[in-house]
Amino acid sequence: MHKIKIFIIVLLAFSFQLDAKDTADNNSLDQVTEQHDDQGHSHQEGDDHGDHTNACGYDVSETEFNPGKTAFHHISDQNIYSIGPWHFPLPCILKSDQGWDMFSSSKFHADYHGTGEYAYNRYVIYEGQVRKITDESFPMGLVELEGHGSLFTQDILDQETGKDKTLVYLCHGGNVYQCDNKSYADGGFLGGGVSSFYDFSITKNVFTMLLVFILLAWMFIGIAKTYKRREGQAPTGLQGFIEPIFVFIQDEVCKPFLGHKWERFTPFIMSLFFFILALNLFGQIPFLGGSNVTGNLSFTLVLAVFAFIVTNINGNKHYWSHVLWMPGVPAVLKIFIITPVEIMGLFIKPLTLMLRLFGNITAGHMVIVIFVGLIFIFGENGANAGAAWGTSIGSVLLTLFMMAIELLVAFIQAFVFAILTASYIGAATEEAHH
Amino acid sequence: MTGSLAAIGAGLAVIGAGIGIGMIGARAMEAIARQPEAVGDIRANMILMAALVEGAALIAILLAFFVG
Repeated sequence: MHKIKIFIIVLLAFSFQLDAKDTADNNSLDQVTEQHDDQGHSHQEGDDHGDHTNACGYDVSETEFNPGKTAFHHISDQNIYSIGPWHFPLPCILKSDQGWDMFSSSKFHADYHGTGEYAYNRYVIYEGQVRKITDESFPMGLVELEGHGSLFTQDILDQETGKDKTLVYLCHGGNVYQCDNKSYADGGFLGGGVSSFYDFSITKNVFTMLLVFILLAWMFIGIAKTYKRREGQAPTGLQGFIEPIFVFIQDEVCKPFLGHKWERFTPFIMSLFFFILALNLFGQIPFLGGSNVTGNLSFTLVLAVFAFIVTNINGNKHYWSHVLWMPGVPAVLKIFIITPVEIMGLFIKPLTLMLRLFGNITAGHMVIVIFVGLIFIFGENGANAGAAWGTSIGSVLLTLFMMAIELLVAFIQAFVFAILTASYIGAATEEAHH
Repeated sequence: MTGSLAAIGAGLAVIGAGIGIGMIGARAMEAIARQPEAVGDIRANMILMAALVEGAALIAILLAFFVG
């Protein structure tokens, strides 16, 4: 019972996270296949919308299929949960200089692309993500926008970084308003940085985390009760399904790596493993919106921070003496080389945990989205239906193969995260053995 | 020709991963041939090491993607 409580608290702590950073927000891959320019350039084929300039003079014709942008869009976090043709609006909780705004994203009346037809309290939604109009002259409250093309993007060259940036603009009443992205905690490194508002909404990722938390908690509490009820009997049902996995992690990961105090840290390692595994597998379910939680740097960052905190709080004297002042090494080497490297290693180890999980899962998702995008590329956006059908056969087979690999990667990455965290904790708590 | 430097960088990173994982696999198979009853242990450790090497390569690929 005690361990179950720890397990629940850890799961709950994991799931209440600020979605402070999102790495894929139409930022730097656009120069690869970007066909968008702002002077009414007509495209050769497959463009059935023709040239279309909006009321402010910008070209918003439907461009050709952009696989990079689509891939980023599909693996990034959104404020509307789209499952196939159905769209479920999620609550938006936004903080800016005008205070806290809490409302459902259905106020935006978003179309199937996730681009809103209304603006609310100077917020708009473009391709599923909420943006803010910083200009004070835009009216507050519910404002109806002028239809297709009023929200559009422009690529500009960022003066500071020298890269292309995509900015979202709103054309309303003849004026052009710039729309800000939400604040990211990456300090501008991946095109983010602090902007005019903070997005604390229940986005798709947060909703998925809460859902998976509830499912896992319900499952494990049920299994624990079954254990108590059927003491001494053979396992049955869900208990029989989870028990081999649980015992495998306990015997392969916890006992060998955590040393003689393994029971103390097993709930934490188990929580990590099962939460990451469940979220990896959830992200693989097609059509459930492709909720890519573990492929989100902010989520893996928090997991790595937890691992860092647990490791270093439980570090004993032996551990800290080895990190800060390694015995048996000349003092000159220690001051200049060993100790700085060890201190860097303290931070680099959780950093690699974060990047490894993020990289594996995101790479898999992007490859799958691009394989499906091949259908659109070869079909030239509807012009060449025969090629599209032909490509779809090959693309489906490739995607099936990639999804099989992704299932394996889901298990392996959860296992590797757990085993590395266990080995770091074990290294921090082991006794001296001279 | 924009973006191709990033692709070349990613390709270079994958060379390292390929060599690393290939070596892990080769040594694992030799070890299994020497001691077939340890196949479970060897397999688990091989997968673990391959995931670590792969992680390094994927970090490089993603940095090439986002920063390049």
